[in-house]
Amino acid sequence: MEEAGEMMEAVNSEEVAMIQIEGITKQYRERRTIPRTPDHTKFNETVTVLDDITISIEKGTFFCLVGPSGCGKSTLLRIIAGFDSPTRGRVTIDGMEITSPSPEHIFVFQEDGLYPWLTVHENMEIGAKRIEDPVNRATAIEEYLEMVGLAGFESHYPHQLSGGMRRRAEVARALIASPKVLFMDEPFGALDFATRLQMREEMLNAHAMFPMTILFITHDIDEALQIGDQVVVLGSRPSKVKMDIKLHQPHPRDIASPELAELRREIYYQLGLHTAL
Amino acid sequence: MEPFWAIIIMVLLWQAVVWTGAIPAYSLPSPAAVAQGLWELTSSGRLFKSVVASLFRVTWGYYLAALTAIPLGLVMGTIPVVRRTLNPLIQFLRPISPLAWIPLALIWFGIGDPPAIFLIFLSCFFPMTLFTMSGVASIRPTFIRVAENFGLSRREKYLRIILPAALPEIVTGLRVTLGTAWLVIVAAEMIAVKSGLGFLILDARNSLRMDYVVAGMVVIGLIGLLLDLLMQRMERLPAVIWKRLER
Repeated sequence: MEEAGEMMEAVNSEEVAMIQIEGITKQYRERRTIPRTPDHTKFNETVTVLDDITISIEKGTFFCLVGPSGCGKSTLLRIIAGFDSPTRGRVTIDGMEITSPSPEHIFVFQEDGLYPWLTVHENMEIGAKRIEDPVNRATAIEEYLEMVGLAGFESHYPHQLSGGMRRRAEVARALIASPKVLFMDEPFGALDFATRLQMREEMLNAHAMFPMTILFITHDIDEALQIGDQVVVLGSRPSKVKMDIKLHQPHPRDIASPELAELRREIYYQLGLHTAL
Repeated sequence: MEPFWAIIIMVLLWQAVVWTGAIPAYSLPSPAAVAQGLWELTSSGRLFKSVVASLFRVTWGYYLAALTAIPLGLVMGTIPVVRRTLNPLIQFLRPISPLAWIPLALIWFGIGDPPAIFLIFLSCFFPMTLFTMSGVASIRPTFIRVAENFGLSRREKYLRIILPAALPEIVTGLRVTLGTAWLVIVAAEMIAVKSGLGFLILDARNSLRMDYVVAGMVVIGLIGLLLDLLMQRMERLPAVIWKRLER
């Protein structure tokens, strides 16, 4: 029994990724001729978005990245996923340097990523490419859709679904690819409050069910504290790591518990929001 | 019923003008005379043959253009170097009326169907290329990123993502150019061939049969309307309409 348990561990530790973000700096040349409002960067000036970011993420972590808007959260996540390249530094996942996107690292983008000309089922097929046998693939698609509560919507087009259902379909499409790392850039930002809470819970369940590391961006500090195993707070541009916290509280968490409330105060303070409290 | 009122009023006005006698019958035949002419052309089978001849040339020129312009537009839309290289040339050639090519078309292709088909091809090729290119250029970057993320091959990316994503604009291009093709075929048939609706009108004019001339015009209008209705139906297909349904 114990041996079997250890073997499972070993398999799992091979399955999931370990992410090293080493000294990531991202600079770009301002191309807008009209200065951007928050910081008035002039045309052709070099802007540092990310400044020497170093983070390591253990396998299987539910990792939350918080920070003010425009601080480069999305840029950092895109770099880790291989969609963007850093000016300096490097990212490795499982010891391999990331230079391009991979089907093992699936990204759920902030904006709708379902293909509107494909039905829900056809969209799922894009994610289920790894399953070669068509019968198995169809069965898997059915299972995953049922899991996210979309059974019976296979032949619907995305525009026939509500915002929450579209997000669910997109999450299902990401999960069916059985990624080692799942990236989510404020995935529930456009949803109403109740749907958002529900999706939050479902993501926690999915994380418990699948051996994957989740990298999740949110601007909602409470959300991060509620779901994260590790929460990293970025400051405003040029962004540095302000806080890197590990949370061990079991789920469901009470956000009002003294420990979490203290952390919350600390994060607000770090973001310069203490006056608002 | 609304679509017919304007037509009915136009026919009534036309009849009224004929009745006043302000314009002689040889320069403006009455609606009745045109209907009579239409009947004669139909029963003699000449109208049917002309329509088939015209549609045959339009079909060839149009399909040749679609088969070359859509792939070219896709390539131009996806590869910036190709776009930067070819776009100025296409923008330069596009405003030249296909009719300006008539002398060259006659020298290159002689008499018969080929010069007419060539002119139809020209009238469709440039707009189709540009519609396809802008369709590809307006694809949301997320769609491409998702395709790269899931590891779609180049072939899959073109067939399952880029082509369908650009399809709504391609279909708009197809609708616009079909109208243009039908517009150009009449002129093309007045110069190089001895059949088709364009030739029918030219021939009727030479024999001073204004009733046939107007009858030919009516048929051209009707077929143009029909083709456009057909293309409108295509715009309502699920593979095309999604873009209008996106918020």
